[in-house]
Amino acid sequence: MTVVINTVGSGSHKKVTGKGGGSSSGSGGSGGELYKKREPIYPKLVHGRWRTIKWLVLVATLGVYYLLRGVRWDRAPNAPNQAVLVDFTHARFYFFFIQLWPQEVYYFTGLLVVAALALFLVTALFGRLWCGYACPQTVSTDLFIVVERLFEGDRNARIRLDAAPWSFDKFWRKGGKHFVWLLIAVATGGAWVFYFDDAPTLMKNLFAGTAPMTAYISAAILTLTTYSLAGGMREQVCTYMCPWPRIQGAMLDEHSLQVTYRVDRGEPRGAHKKDASWEGRGDCVDCKQCVVACPMGIDIRDGAQLECINCALCIDACDEIMGKVGRPAGLIAFDTVAAVLAREVGQKPQYKFVRSRTLYYGIALALVSGIMLNGLMTRSSVAIDVIRDRNPTFIRLSDGEIRNGYTLKLMNRSNSGTTYKIDFVGPAGARVKAVGAESGAGALSVDLGPDGQRSLQVFVTAPIGDDQPHSVPAKFVIHSPAGSAEKKTVFLSGDEGR
Amino acid sequence: MSGPREKDEVSGVETTGHEWDGIRELDNPLPRWWVWLFYACIAFAVVYWVLMPAWPGVHGYTHGILHNSARATVAEDLRALAAQRGAEGAKLKSASLEQIEADPKLQAYALAQGQSIFGDNCATCHGQGGTGGKGYPNLRDDVWLWGGKLEDIQHTITVGVRSGDPDARMSQMPAFGRDGMLPATQIDDLTEYVVALSHRKADAGSVARAAPIFQAQCSACHGPEGKGNQAFGAPNLTDADWLYGSDRTSIHDQIWNGRGGVMPAWGHRFDAATIKALAVYIHVKSGGGQ
Repeated sequence: MTVVINTVGSGSHKKVTGKGGGSSSGSGGSGGELYKKREPIYPKLVHGRWRTIKWLVLVATLGVYYLLRGVRWDRAPNAPNQAVLVDFTHARFYFFFIQLWPQEVYYFTGLLVVAALALFLVTALFGRLWCGYACPQTVSTDLFIVVERLFEGDRNARIRLDAAPWSFDKFWRKGGKHFVWLLIAVATGGAWVFYFDDAPTLMKNLFAGTAPMTAYISAAILTLTTYSLAGGMREQVCTYMCPWPRIQGAMLDEHSLQVTYRVDRGEPRGAHKKDASWEGRGDCVDCKQCVVACPMGIDIRDGAQLECINCALCIDACDEIMGKVGRPAGLIAFDTVAAVLAREVGQKPQYKFVRSRTLYYGIALALVSGIMLNGLMTRSSVAIDVIRDRNPTFIRLSDGEIRNGYTLKLMNRSNSGTTYKIDFVGPAGARVKAVGAESGAGALSVDLGPDGQRSLQVFVTAPIGDDQPHSVPAKFVIHSPAGSAEKKTVFLSGDEGR
Repeated sequence: MSGPREKDEVSGVETTGHEWDGIRELDNPLPRWWVWLFYACIAFAVVYWVLMPAWPGVHGYTHGILHNSARATVAEDLRALAAQRGAEGAKLKSASLEQIEADPKLQAYALAQGQSIFGDNCATCHGQGGTGGKGYPNLRDDVWLWGGKLEDIQHTITVGVRSGDPDARMSQMPAFGRDGMLPATQIDDLTEYVVALSHRKADAGSVARAAPIFQAQCSACHGPEGKGNQAFGAPNLTDADWLYGSDRTSIHDQIWNGRGGVMPAWGHRFDAATIKALAVYIHVKSGGGQ
C-alpha cells in the first residue's frame, strides 16, 4: 500500500519511512540488530464525531458481550432457558428461537462464510472499519486506555510519569491501573464461560469452587490474554500477530474509502503564524496532533500503511486544529486514493462504490446469506437418516422372499414428545418391520421424547423374482404432527446392478 | 553473508539478499517481545526434557522425573472403561432378554456390545455380516436349526453344537453311503426325493421308489413331510435354504457322508451378560423373530 500512495503527488512532500512508524522511523533495522525495541505509544484523548462513534460501539459491543448471558428465553420445561448457550454436555446450541444439533454444524460454517464475505465487502468499500471499531482487540485496548488515563492522566502526564523515578505517587498510579486492568480482564475472561453453562448456576459454582475445572482454566486463560493483549501488547497484536491486516490489504483498491491525509490540500506543510497568509502553502500546520492521537503510533501523512486500523481518531484531532486556525475541516478524512490523485491534477474526484470487486463480494454475500436464511426458515424439527445395512446387502429368506435391513436414525428437534409414523415406499408387496416398534397398517409407529433421537433397526421384506431389477429405488417417509421428512435409499435383491 | 549487506533504496532496510522476480526480501528485525518468547520456548524445552520423556538412547530413553508414560495412561483409561462398562452391564445381568430387546437404550447397548463380541469371536465362521457359508449357518435369515427365539439362541451360544459340553446341542446325520447303510442306488433315489421336496422338478420314478425309504430312514428326524424339527436340529428340507448346498451333487454328498459342524460352547468363556448381549444382537439382526 505504501507503493500505491507513493505514486500520488510529486514526491517532494513524501517522507517515506520503512515501517511507517512516525515515532520509530529510522530504526528499521539499519544497524542489523537482532531485535527491534518497541517504541512506547501514548495516544492522546481526542473529541469529535469519530471518537463519539467509537465510544458508542465500545459500549454496545462490550454491553452485548457482558450482558447477553443474562437474557432468558422460555423454551420448554425440559430445555435450558438461557437465550444464548453452547451446551457441550448435551450437544446442543441455543440461540434465542434457534436450537441446533451437532449434525447441523454447516450453519456455523455458513455463518463464518457470511462473516468473512461481509468483512471483505465492508473493507473494499470503507477500509478496515472492523479493525478500527469492532474488533475485540481494539475495543478492549480502548477500554484499558480509559483506565490508564484515569490513573496516569493524558499523554503528556503519562510520558512524564514513565520518565520519572519510582515514587509512591508513581507506584500507586501504576499499581492501581494494573489492578483495575486485572479486574476487567477477569470480568472479560469470566464472561466467556457463561455462554457454555447456565450462567446463574455457574456463577454460584465459580465462587463456591465447585465449577468444572474447564471453566476455571478457560476463564484464567482468557483473563491472561485480555490482560496481556489489551494492556501490554496493544498495537503489537495488530501489527505482528494478526493476519487480518495482511488479508484486508488485498481487499483495498484505489476506490476504497480510507482514512486519508489529503496531500493535495495539506502540502507544503509548515508552521503557520496567526494572521499570516495561506497563499502558496498547504493547510497542514505540522502540529503533529494526528500523530499523538494515533493508537498505532504512525503518521497518517505518510500515506496508507499496514499499521493503520482506520479508527479515524486522527480525523477528529485534525478537524479540531483546522477549526482553531480557521481552515475548513477534512484535511484528514475518509477519502480514496483515486480522489486525492484526481484533485492533485485538478480534476473533480469520482467516487465509485459499485465496482466489480464490491459487486462480486455483494453477490456472494447475498447468495450465501440467502441460502442460510432459506435453510433456517425451512428447517424441519423432524429429521431422519437412513443407513443401509451393507453386510449383508440383502437376505434371501426360506420362502424365497428378499429382505433388506436399514438402520434409521430418527430425530425430534422440537421440545415436545411426538409419535412418528414411518412409511416405506419401494418394491410392490414390501412389508416393514422393526424390532422394538409397533407396526400396524403397513407403517411403523415410533415414540420420541422431546429433543430426542433414536436409532431403529428396520427390516423390509418383499417378494422379488429373479427376473426383476436387482436395485429398486425406495424411500422412508416420516409423518408427525410436527411435520414430515423423507430420505431416499434403495432396495437390493442381487449383487449385480440389473 | 560476505561483504556489506545490500540496502533497499525505498525503505532503507537491509535485504536478506534473496530475490524472486525482482522482489527482494527486507530483513526487518523482529520485535523484542518476539525474541523473548523465542528464548522462553527454549527454556520451556529444557524444563520439558527434565520433566518428561524426551531423548532416545541406545537401550531406552530418558524417562523424565515425572515418569509420564502414554502406555500407562492408556492402561488406566482401559481400566476406567471396564469399570464404566461394568456399571452399564449390570442392567444386562438383571434384565430378561425380552426386556433388553424392548428397551431402546438397553437394546442399543446390547447391539453395540454384541457386534464387537460377534466380530471378535463368531465372525471367523459365520462371517462379519453373519451370513455364514457352506456348513456354517446364516444367522441373518429366518431359518434356525436349533430355534430362533431369544432363549433358543442364548442356549445354543452357551452350550454350543456337538461341542463336547454335556448339555451341548447334539444331533447326528448318519453317513448312509459311507457307512454302507443304504445301497448307492437308493441314495440316488433319495437325492431325487429331496429335490422334489423343495418344489423342484425331479425324476418321478426315483421319487416313487424313494418315498418308503425316506419314511423309514429320514422321517424320524426330518419329519414325514421333510419339514425338519428344531428339537433335533434337523433341517427343513422343503425350503430354499441349504446349509451344504442345494444342487443334486451337494445333496447326494450330504446323504452319503452325513456331515455335521461343531460350534464351541461359549458359556465357558463369556459371562451371562455377554451372552445375553450376543443373543439380542443376533436376534435383532436376524429380523427379530420375523
